[in-house]
Amino acid sequence: MAVETPLKGVIGDSIRRKEDDRFIRGRGNYVDDISLPGMLHMAILRSPYAHAKIKSIKTDAAQALPGVVAVVTGELLAQHKLAWMPTLSGDTQAVLATDKVRFQGQEVACVIATEPYIARDALPLIEVDYDVLPAVVDPWKALDAGAPLIRDEKEGQTSNHIYHWEAGDKAATEEAFRKADRVVTLESFYPRCHPSPLETCGIVADINSATGNATLYMTSQAPHAHRTLFAIVAGLPEEKIRIISPDIGGGFGNKVPIYPGYVVATAASLLIGKPVKWVEDRSDNLISTGFARDFHMRGELALNDAGKMLGLRVKLLSDNGAFFADAQPTKFRAGLFHIVTGSYDMPAAFVEADGAYTNKAPGGVAYRCSFRVTEASYLIERLVENAAVEMKMDPADIRLKNFIKPEQFPYKSATGFEYDSGDYPRAMQLALDKLGYKELRKEQAEKRKKGELMGIGVASFTEVVGAGPGKHYDIAGLRMFDSAELRVHPTGKAILKLGVKSQGQGHETTFAQIVANELGIPAADVEVQEGDTDNTPYGLGTYASRSTPVGGAATAVVSRKLRDKAKKIAAHLLEASEADIEFDQGKFFVRGAPSKSKTIQDIAFAAYTNIPDGMEAGLEGVTYYDPPNMTFPFGTYLVVVDIDRGTGQVKVRRVVAVDDCGVRINPMVVEGQIHGGLTEGFGIAFMELITFDEEGNCLGSNFTDYLLPTAWETPKFELFETVTPSPHHPIGAKGVGESATVGSPAAFVNAVIDAVAHLGITNIDMPVTSDKVWAALNEKGAAE
Amino acid sequence: MGQPITVTVNGEKRSAEVEPRLLLVHFIRETLRLTGTHIGCDTTHCGACTVLLDGTPVKSCTMFAVQADGQQLTTVEALAAGGTLHPIQEAFKQEHGLQCGFCTPGMMLTSLALLEEKTDPTDDDIRWAISGNICRCTGYMNIVKAVKSAAAQMKASAAVPAATAAVRS
Repeated sequence: MAVETPLKGVIGDSIRRKEDDRFIRGRGNYVDDISLPGMLHMAILRSPYAHAKIKSIKTDAAQALPGVVAVVTGELLAQHKLAWMPTLSGDTQAVLATDKVRFQGQEVACVIATEPYIARDALPLIEVDYDVLPAVVDPWKALDAGAPLIRDEKEGQTSNHIYHWEAGDKAATEEAFRKADRVVTLESFYPRCHPSPLETCGIVADINSATGNATLYMTSQAPHAHRTLFAIVAGLPEEKIRIISPDIGGGFGNKVPIYPGYVVATAASLLIGKPVKWVEDRSDNLISTGFARDFHMRGELALNDAGKMLGLRVKLLSDNGAFFADAQPTKFRAGLFHIVTGSYDMPAAFVEADGAYTNKAPGGVAYRCSFRVTEASYLIERLVENAAVEMKMDPADIRLKNFIKPEQFPYKSATGFEYDSGDYPRAMQLALDKLGYKELRKEQAEKRKKGELMGIGVASFTEVVGAGPGKHYDIAGLRMFDSAELRVHPTGKAILKLGVKSQGQGHETTFAQIVANELGIPAADVEVQEGDTDNTPYGLGTYASRSTPVGGAATAVVSRKLRDKAKKIAAHLLEASEADIEFDQGKFFVRGAPSKSKTIQDIAFAAYTNIPDGMEAGLEGVTYYDPPNMTFPFGTYLVVVDIDRGTGQVKVRRVVAVDDCGVRINPMVVEGQIHGGLTEGFGIAFMELITFDEEGNCLGSNFTDYLLPTAWETPKFELFETVTPSPHHPIGAKGVGESATVGSPAAFVNAVIDAVAHLGITNIDMPVTSDKVWAALNEKGAAE
Repeated sequence: MGQPITVTVNGEKRSAEVEPRLLLVHFIRETLRLTGTHIGCDTTHCGACTVLLDGTPVKSCTMFAVQADGQQLTTVEALAAGGTLHPIQEAFKQEHGLQCGFCTPGMMLTSLALLEEKTDPTDDDIRWAISGNICRCTGYMNIVKAVKSAAAQMKASAAVPAATAAVRS
């Protein structure tokens, strides 16, 4: 039967999400929903001190509590060579502390009990004798000679310095600065914040002592990579490990690393022979798992008198906490900081980065961004704002003057990146028009005469997402390709298995749409499976906006492989030459005779019942896609704020966001991603902060202190798009999940600075809270 | 040891002996195995554990199960009574009011309680009502749209959905 109506659910259709049917019924299956027969429960005892020697740990009283099955200490793990584990950055991290504790909240001991309440009851019964040491909280002081050595157990480690890393051309940059008419400098601190997905991290480890099979249900954004790391860390045979990442309640980078709790629960299940569940409470999550940012940055921008950028010099110090556990490609230790030249045609750039150990939680995950591109984007966009202020130029004009021009793509940046495609002026112009920029500037001038503070923030970000190529990008040595396996069943329904893993992004729908587009099977007939390492092809997982650029590309390519085979079968069925077969929306027909046709469903059936001689039966395939380049989504965000001089309160009046992520597979889902990213960017700009007191006590350990945006504060967003396809992606798509978190913090802060720069205020570090704004105004005699 | 309680859960009487310290959310999730109610923060901030107690939204992570004794408890599992989606569920799907789904049950129940009070809420009414429910994915834009859409649907519909009846009873 021929397809008469246009196929629904192809690329560009905002079809409703398939996964929603279970979520709206409360039938999702998250890790904490899993309950296995005989399952035990684990709780973690954490260090109350930021830095202390452990003199002794006594577990007798805890062991004696009825219902306690085991108390695990670092000493026990050391007997199995599991007291330390490798990090994603090639450092080591204590699973359970043996010699000393190095941050408040560090894992010291674990209780395994029959009930979760009993496991908790036992924690205070563990007696730990500490010898408190001075805590190193400031990363600059950490580098002072004579600072207490945090990683004294590491051979050859004589200071708290971790790495020095450079990118760009130092000599050319020095020359650019010599020629400059003006140098604009910004000292900025991008503070520590936390992804805080609503679901915390957790695991149910189930090791069958008879077979040795280890089934680990865990909150993993990268189940395949985690399987390999488990094999290496725990010495388990990889073929015996099955990681199942069920529904995940948000990730945002927090569920990329392997945490001590996963390792201990697995070891405990192995030793005890029963399933062990560990699910973090919120404080566990905030004080010990992957934080983000914590970059002290100094940027200098060289310009000529006409406002043309000549060069960029950046120095940054990264506060990595007690263990260097960044999730970064091996080649780029400061992540993707070297796209710090942003959207601008920058002739020269030089970047230096250093990392320091401090007595804080380890991490350095990319909170909703591609490695550390957020910090880079923030720095350049703040620097350009300040350049506009100093040079008395309009912040939109200075950007338009310096943008990489559409005809310059592919564009080679001063630090060696090849930007794939872009049209920056078009995106900015659209944003300015939609906002009514000129009118608002007039309003601002009127208000300023009356002493009222109103600001318009501009940010034009360029992101770099979709790692690999594998030759440049890896996680712990694993090349960053991704995979798709597509099987079409005889009745024409299909199953698509992926190496990536959704945490709410809607893969079950959007990836089915790619198959619909390329092969003509309706999206409703394509079941998408992810997260089970036994049943999906190897992939590196979902983070850094890489699912669509890499996993999506793999899906398109494997669909096309099957389409090629389907053409051969169609030629056989239609008794025509393969060269004469054409394909359109699920229909294969003979060129010039569209009535002679077979549907993909006819062909699927034939693949199992009536194939040409010499052809293998079936219609299935697998692709491992290694992208030739990253994709470079971009856009312009404009923010209008009003500031109360009496309280310092910043009210966000409007947010206009123009995003260009290439071809949009499901516009509804894309817009949802942008809404979420803008909200997290808003939170980072105004609310979210993990900070520490002088003793290293974490001051952001629960949602009373770590503030997340609610519906009440969150502004409304006005979204618009331009479409500049990626030239190297099979369907022209770029990643979009993180653009708004990357691009928006600078737009929010620039809006505040735009409102107060005339008073001589050129920087307020995030989070831009009312008290900070009021203090800055007060210092200039401008507060009421 | 245990204290006997009887709670009418989604219209059905359920009795159990519970430790006095057992949190309501653990009673729901572990004792009753109704896992649609989630735990996000343990401190009453995020609202993932929101259920309706005698029709009023409460955060079940900060209440003891014994405090619910003798009351009517409604969880997300009641919404699609008889297999038909409640308008609030349908609206969340149609308006893309959810992504990871973790906040969704609590968010829908809080919204439903609002719609019981205000049949035609403004954006600000909705934003204020759900300000005790945190969503990390959607930025709330589409949740607000979904609640408005559900309000319109519920007003238009003459029939009172079963779950709403359960809330009222």
